[in-house]
Amino acid sequence: MSVLVVVEHDRGTMTPASLGALTAGRNLAKQINTTMEAVTVGANADALSDTIAAYGATTVHQAHHAALVDFGPEAWGESVAQIVRNISPQVVIGCGTERGHEVIAQVAARLDLPASMNCTEFNTSFDGTQPMQVTRARWGGSLLENAALDASIKLVTLANHTVEPVEAPSTIAIAVVDVALDASVLHSFVRDRVERVAGVTVVTAPVVVSGGRGVGSAEAFGPLEELAGLLGGIVGCSRAVTNNGWRNHVDQVGQTGTRIAPDIYIACGISGAIQHWVGAMASKNILAINTDREANIVTKAGYAVIGDLHKVVPAISAEIRRRRGQ
Amino acid sequence: MNILVCVKRVPAPGARINITEDGQQVDTAFLGFTVSPHEECAVEAAVQLVEKHGGEVTVLTLGDVLAEEQLRTAASVGAVKAVLVPIEGMDWDAQRTASAISSAITALETTNGNFDLILFGNESADSCGYQVGVRAAVKLGRPMVNGAKGIEVADGVATIRRESDAGIEIYNLPLPACIGVREGINLPRYPTMKGRLASKKVEIQRTEISAEVGGLKMIQLQRPPERVSNTQILGTGPEAASAVVDLLVELGVFK
Repeated sequence: MSVLVVVEHDRGTMTPASLGALTAGRNLAKQINTTMEAVTVGANADALSDTIAAYGATTVHQAHHAALVDFGPEAWGESVAQIVRNISPQVVIGCGTERGHEVIAQVAARLDLPASMNCTEFNTSFDGTQPMQVTRARWGGSLLENAALDASIKLVTLANHTVEPVEAPSTIAIAVVDVALDASVLHSFVRDRVERVAGVTVVTAPVVVSGGRGVGSAEAFGPLEELAGLLGGIVGCSRAVTNNGWRNHVDQVGQTGTRIAPDIYIACGISGAIQHWVGAMASKNILAINTDREANIVTKAGYAVIGDLHKVVPAISAEIRRRRGQ
Repeated sequence: MNILVCVKRVPAPGARINITEDGQQVDTAFLGFTVSPHEECAVEAAVQLVEKHGGEVTVLTLGDVLAEEQLRTAASVGAVKAVLVPIEGMDWDAQRTASAISSAITALETTNGNFDLILFGNESADSCGYQVGVRAAVKLGRPMVNGAKGIEVADGVATIRRESDAGIEIYNLPLPACIGVREGINLPRYPTMKGRLASKKVEIQRTEISAEVGGLKMIQLQRPPERVSNTQILGTGPEAASAVVDLLVELGVFK
C-alpha cells in the first residue's frame, strides 16, 4: 500500500514537473496514512534517488533493462506497469506533461485501469479505500470536471504547475527491479534527436509579444519582432495567425499550441478566444493592445492600451529607444 | 497504403464555454461543431501520405448521428470511406471508447485487411483524456507514439518527429502502427467545391459495437473561478507608449 510517483526524466536529468508530482504524492500519502514511493525508469536515472529522498519518498523502484537508455513510451509504460502489479499502490501519480500523460496512458492500457489526466485536486476526504474523487482540467483548463476514479489502483497525472515543490527529506530504500520487456514494446524509443538551437523560445522568454488576427499579415509582424527584440523577448501568435499561414506553429500560444508563463505577455490584436486564453493565462502580467475595449483579452488582462497595434507597437519601441538614448 | 483516422466531433467554443444547468455537459445551444483540432491535422497528414504513396484514407468516429457531419468534413478533404460507430446520448469514457474503436477496427480489418497506419489526435479538445489512441493501440497490439509533428513512411517504417523541450525526437515504428498527431504537423487544407460535393456521396458505414463502461465517472462539470481583472487602461493610441514603458520598468522587464 502506497502512493507511487512516476518520476519523469530525460536521460537521467529530472524534469521540473516531477518535483510537483513528488510533493503532491507525499501530501496524498499522508492523507491516506501510507508512504510515498517512487519509480524511475532506466539505470541512467539511479542517481536521482537523492533528490527523490529529499522530497520524502521512502522507497524508489529503479526499473532496469539494457534497452532503457532513452525515452520510449511503451517500454516505460510496461516497466511501470510491472512495478505497479508487484506493489499494488493505491494511487499512481504521473506528471501532467506530454511524456507523463503518455506513460500513464500506457500503464492504464496495459493494466486495463481507468486513468484521470491533468488533475488539479484530489478530494481531501479520500482515505484510500473508496473511489477517489478528483478535479481534472478539460478544454485545456477552461473547464473543470469533478470525477470519481473507481478502481483498486487509481492512475492520475497531476496538472503541471498546480503544486509548488516543497522538500521534506526522508531516508530512502532502493529497490532495483529487472523488468522483462518483450519485442513488442521495444520499437517506440527515441532513435535520434535534433537539439534545439540555443536561444529563447516562447516557453522560456521572459517577454512574449504576441500577435493575432488584427496584425493582418505575415509582414506586419515586423514591428512586433522589433519590440520583442528590444525587450529580450520573442514573438508569439494566436491560432488564427498560424491558420492563415502567417507564422509557424511553434510560435502559437494556446490550447493546441504552447502554454506559456512569461513575466509579461503583450497581446496585440488578439481577441482572446478561450482556446488562446488557456495558453496565456499563466502569464505573470498581461498587457492587451486592442482597438476593442470590450475584447475578451482586454477584460481579462491586468493592463490595456486601447488603440491600433500598428501605431501603438512602433510608438512603444520608439519610446524604449528614446529612454536608452538611442 | 491504407490509413484510418479516428476523429471526434467537438463543440467550437468562442470566448467562453457555458455549462448546462445540470452540470453534465457543455451548453452547445449556440455553438457550432468541428473536428477536434489535432484530428483535423491527422486527416490532412493521412491525405498527404496517400497522395505520396497511393492507397486510401478511411475516417472513423464514435458518436451520434450528428457526427456524420465531421465524417463528411473529412471526406471533403480526401477521405474516401467513412465509418460511424453509433452511440446515443452522452460521450463514452476513454476506456469504453477505446474498446469500441479497437473492436470496430478489428471488424473492418477482418473484411478489408489491415490498415498500415491508424492515426489519432494527441488528445481531444473537449475531454483532454490523452489516452484513447494509446489504449486502442495496446488492444490492437500495435506500436504507438503520441505527439507526432511529422510522419514519413518508407520501406514499411513510419518515421515520426516529435517536439520536446530539448529539441526534436525521432521515432521509427514498423507498420502497421498507430500514431497520435499534434496540431502544427501541417496546415489542413480547405475543402474544394468538388470535394464538398464528393463528400455528400460518400456512404457512411455503420458499425454497431457494444463496450463496457470504464472506471472514470464524471460527476459534473464546473467553471474554474473566473479571473476578475480590474483592467488598468494605460491610455489610448500611440500616446500611451510612455505609460507602457513606465509599466515595463515597474515590472522589471525594461532594463
